Amino acid sequence: MRAGIFAAFVILVGAAVLLLVFGPITYVREAREFRPDPVAATAPPEIRMTDLQPGLPLPGPNPNTGGENPSWYERNAVALSEGQRLFSAMNCVGCHSHGGGGMGPPLMDDKWIYGSDIKNIYATIVEGRPNGMPSFRGKIPPEQVWQIAAYVRSMAGLTPKQASPSRPDHLQAKAPEASYPEQPPAGGLIPPSATAPQ
Amino acid sequence: MSDDVLRPMEEREAAAKLTGAWHEGEGILAWLSATGHKTTGRRFVLTSFGFFIAAGVLAVLMRLQLAVPENDLIGPDLYNQIFSVHGTAMMFLFAVPVMQGVAIYLVPLMVGAREIAFPRLAAFALWMLLFGGLLLFVSLLLDMGAEAGWFAYVPLSGPEYSPGKRSDVYAQTITFSEISAIAAAVCLITTILKMRAPGMSLNRMPLFVWASLVTAFMILFAMPSVMMASTFLIMDRLIGTHFFNPAEGGDPLLWQHLFWFFGHPEVYIIFIPALGMVSHIVEAFARRPVFGYVPMVLSLAATAFLGFGLWVHHMFASNVPQLGASFFTAASMMIAIPSGIQIFCWLATLWDGRLVIRTPLLFVFGFIFTFVIGGMTGVMLAAVPLDLQVHDTYFVVAHFHYVLIGGAVLPLFGALYYWIPKVTGRMLDERLGQLNFWLMAIGVNLTFFPMHQLGLEGMTRRVYTYPPEMGWDRLNLIATVGGVLVALSVLLFLFNLLRSLSVGRLAGPDPWGSPGLEWATSSPPPEFNFALPPVVTGRSPLWEAGEEWPVVTGLKLDQREVLITSVLDAEPDHRTEFPEPSIWPFLAAIAVGLTFIGSIFTPWAVVAGSVPVAITLIGWFWPKPGEE
Amino acid sequence: MSAKPRAALAALALSLGGCEGPQNMLDSSGPQADTIEGLWWVMLTVTSAVWFLVVAAMLVAIWRRRVRAEALELSGEPKPHRRERSLGIAVAASVGLTVAILFAFTIYSFVLERRVFAAPPKDALEIQVTGHQWWWQVRYVHKDPSKIVETANEIHIPVGQKVTVRLSSPDVIHSFWVPNLHGKRDLIPGQEAIFWIEADRPGSYRGQCAEFCGWQHAHMSFWVHAEEPEAFQAWLEQQRRPAPEPPDDLTRRGRDIFVTGPCAMCHAISGTTASARFGPDLTHLASRTTIAAGTLPNTRGHLAAWIADPQSYKPGNRMPPTFLPPADMQALLAYLETLR
Repeated sequence: MRAGIFAAFVILVGAAVLLLVFGPITYVREAREFRPDPVAATAPPEIRMTDLQPGLPLPGPNPNTGGENPSWYERNAVALSEGQRLFSAMNCVGCHSHGGGGMGPPLMDDKWIYGSDIKNIYATIVEGRPNGMPSFRGKIPPEQVWQIAAYVRSMAGLTPKQASPSRPDHLQAKAPEASYPEQPPAGGLIPPSATAPQ
Repeated sequence: MSDDVLRPMEEREAAAKLTGAWHEGEGILAWLSATGHKTTGRRFVLTSFGFFIAAGVLAVLMRLQLAVPENDLIGPDLYNQIFSVHGTAMMFLFAVPVMQGVAIYLVPLMVGAREIAFPRLAAFALWMLLFGGLLLFVSLLLDMGAEAGWFAYVPLSGPEYSPGKRSDVYAQTITFSEISAIAAAVCLITTILKMRAPGMSLNRMPLFVWASLVTAFMILFAMPSVMMASTFLIMDRLIGTHFFNPAEGGDPLLWQHLFWFFGHPEVYIIFIPALGMVSHIVEAFARRPVFGYVPMVLSLAATAFLGFGLWVHHMFASNVPQLGASFFTAASMMIAIPSGIQIFCWLATLWDGRLVIRTPLLFVFGFIFTFVIGGMTGVMLAAVPLDLQVHDTYFVVAHFHYVLIGGAVLPLFGALYYWIPKVTGRMLDERLGQLNFWLMAIGVNLTFFPMHQLGLEGMTRRVYTYPPEMGWDRLNLIATVGGVLVALSVLLFLFNLLRSLSVGRLAGPDPWGSPGLEWATSSPPPEFNFALPPVVTGRSPLWEAGEEWPVVTGLKLDQREVLITSVLDAEPDHRTEFPEPSIWPFLAAIAVGLTFIGSIFTPWAVVAGSVPVAITLIGWFWPKPGEE
Repeated sequence: MSAKPRAALAALALSLGGCEGPQNMLDSSGPQADTIEGLWWVMLTVTSAVWFLVVAAMLVAIWRRRVRAEALELSGEPKPHRRERSLGIAVAASVGLTVAILFAFTIYSFVLERRVFAAPPKDALEIQVTGHQWWWQVRYVHKDPSKIVETANEIHIPVGQKVTVRLSSPDVIHSFWVPNLHGKRDLIPGQEAIFWIEADRPGSYRGQCAEFCGWQHAHMSFWVHAEEPEAFQAWLEQQRRPAPEPPDDLTRRGRDIFVTGPCAMCHAISGTTASARFGPDLTHLASRTTIAAGTLPNTRGHLAAWIADPQSYKPGNRMPPTFLPPADMQALLAYLETLR
């Protein structure tokens, strides 16, 4: 009887310890944030690097944003999974294929022309880049751009494995992001698309 | 008891020696090493009851959320976790193990054995249950609770639509609890078939023992199916296999078939032991043996066989071919027959008995009143056209809560009132018990009856809220009030139990004047159960016993020696020595548990975990010094 | 089932709760739902009678065989078995009756099943319904591709005609259910389900996803509007037209905002360059009664609120919040209101 009470006590203490140790990780990884902060989402606009953009030109300036803590997106499983979905839905696959590259550079290697930080990737998507990367400013809301940027990093194994997406329910284009070893960006050869005159 | 009077000396001497051989020891290490079936059974029931209360709290939260339309108490994300964990815990961590726990405690006593077969395996089953349940609930606190329902249909629970680790936690909780259930089932089958008291041929076995035997066999056949499904799921999620990916040749319906091939027998795995309990309570309080022993046993067996033939009635809305659906309609209708036979036999027993109305019998009345409603709606659900209307609505929620609460929880509470005096040696308070019954019976019906109507009015299941203009608010509010009543009744039970431990009247060996062997020993029973193991001459041993009470002699008293008997007629076969308590089952459970939990995060955990698992199993099976 | 007992039972059920409503299987408005409702009343009557008999038998037993309170201290004297034979006959008779009832139910169910699920005529109007998280894509197929009609969350059908429904899902399992018309049918990824529905009187019937499909399972509903065939044809013709040209400057500005802004990344409006298939087709948005899969009424205020902050109404849905300056928002709303 006394040992039973002791056991119950040990279980409770153990649960509390688990909460304290793993809570900070799991609360980020498992969170489902449905409603982005409206204040952050209406920050002042930023510069644009290219005149290209999908669809028709915008009628005027459009609000844009940088997040307070962008690395949150790459540790959050749902943000990465949404990024994976949007990567197809927003037709990133049209040029980059499923990370292997095509008309655009591959994204699943560790060679980064404009930087591998999530903020660099965000800027690349929002501002566009010379030689074909259109600007998605005003087309994709900032929240979703962060999700796509985080997913792009997961394709190169730059996000925590536990949060990275596993296989999607389609034909298998490549191994799941979650199966890549985590790796730091090492730089490397510049792909042909970036060596053309700019 | 007569034998107390007739053989005091013999018995006292035997008891003294047996205590030496069977004592479990004191201290933390001994506590963790304990393997006695009464210890294990008690812990099984307490553990699963703990999960029952935790899952019950979740149920109350759901009812509060649904009390008013467009309530924002709980958002969709948390609500999905809550209902998923509620279902998973109630089915896998409460309903099955609590019945097995009662069986682990009672079956050896009922068959006149000293111990359960493979006591270390039973202890291992307990630890697996505990770790699996803790995994589920600690994960819920870590925002990592199961989120795709207890049925976890792919692709919603698959890698694309359930990112993160939530569904992996679900899958491994299943694996934990199934291993526990299968291990306990093996112990029970062996005990029942090989360790019955001499003379207890199969046709003299108590009905609860029959029910446990049938259930254990069902577990052996049903559970591997869901374990395979959960393993496929975690492989799909963790290492990118394609079992359930239609684009790569997998099939989402494969999950449903595997799940329901287990899922429907599961209902009977929960419900058949309760039928056994009802038979014992009816017998004791109607003061006559249950009418129709043979039809009762055959009904149990028939239910078990038919229970495997109707899983597709959970899938009528998917693309089942019509002819196939007709077969499952017929099977689903047919299974009402054995249940009907048992109800009629109990009614006949009541009709002919002298009814001493006490709390356990009240729960049986509540069972008949409530369960028959669930059975009737079950018959309705067997008809494909009607099923397609009410499937996945609150009508079904009402139906299976009527079946499971009416058919299993009410009998279980009756059984607790009936057998707890045997376990603790003290009686529960009768007036509190009757209050407990009325609160629970009224609460359950108030909660779930309106849900029939809600389902007919179109309220679908698993919704976290509903629009105010649908007119579902009044009935939902009633259901919430009922839910609170049920919660109060469970609290009252706990109060009654705790109170009885200190001030309850002493029970004595046989407080109800019952006929079963479990009442032939003291309350609580000694660690060796019977100083002189009984020999059985009929179905109601204590009612049939005359002045002379035949016993088994010749077993060694200073060792853990037990008698093994033959399967059919329980003729003495040979003696065997039982193992000492051991810490290894606990350590093995930790090793297996860490492997399973690790495999949520990396497939390498299976490789790394195999080493400690191997070490602990070697330690577990290491021969005793001196053994050949 | 004849009219009289049915009316009496309906009155009984009405006293318990409602028997009418846009999403109520007891308010059947089509031949299939009608058949099933008939089965329901038959089964309810018989099973209720059985339940009353069982409970009555139990209560009589309690009342007759109860032992006085003083006798509660159990004597342990078992009662000698007697009347075993008569009990056996009673039990056997009850079991026999049970078997007979169940057999009748089974046959009855088979017969009705074949009636309800008979194949639809080959030339029936065909609608493709695709379930998405968490809205319904509806497409009226036609041999001529220019006559294909695409809409969302609202289905119009002609009264008195069988309508074939083809169901599929690109993401998770959903279930198509309009209780006033028929039972439900699952939409399973990788498979196609075909069944038919028919309404025998005009009206608006609400349907809802009946298979748990994630966060917004609760807000995945739709409406079926059953109309007289002429009205239906008129509606179909209207839907076949591309979106009208914006009549004035304000709505033209609204269209520009739509096609150049974030809206066009997911939505299509035929007759404009917006042609994404990711969200519902909005070509005739203003002709629908609700938005967001039956979550909100289709009014200017709700539309504005939905565009600006959809996650407050349906947390987790796929529509991101869109922050537009007030003047732009007004222009966009004005344009959307022209999409009749």
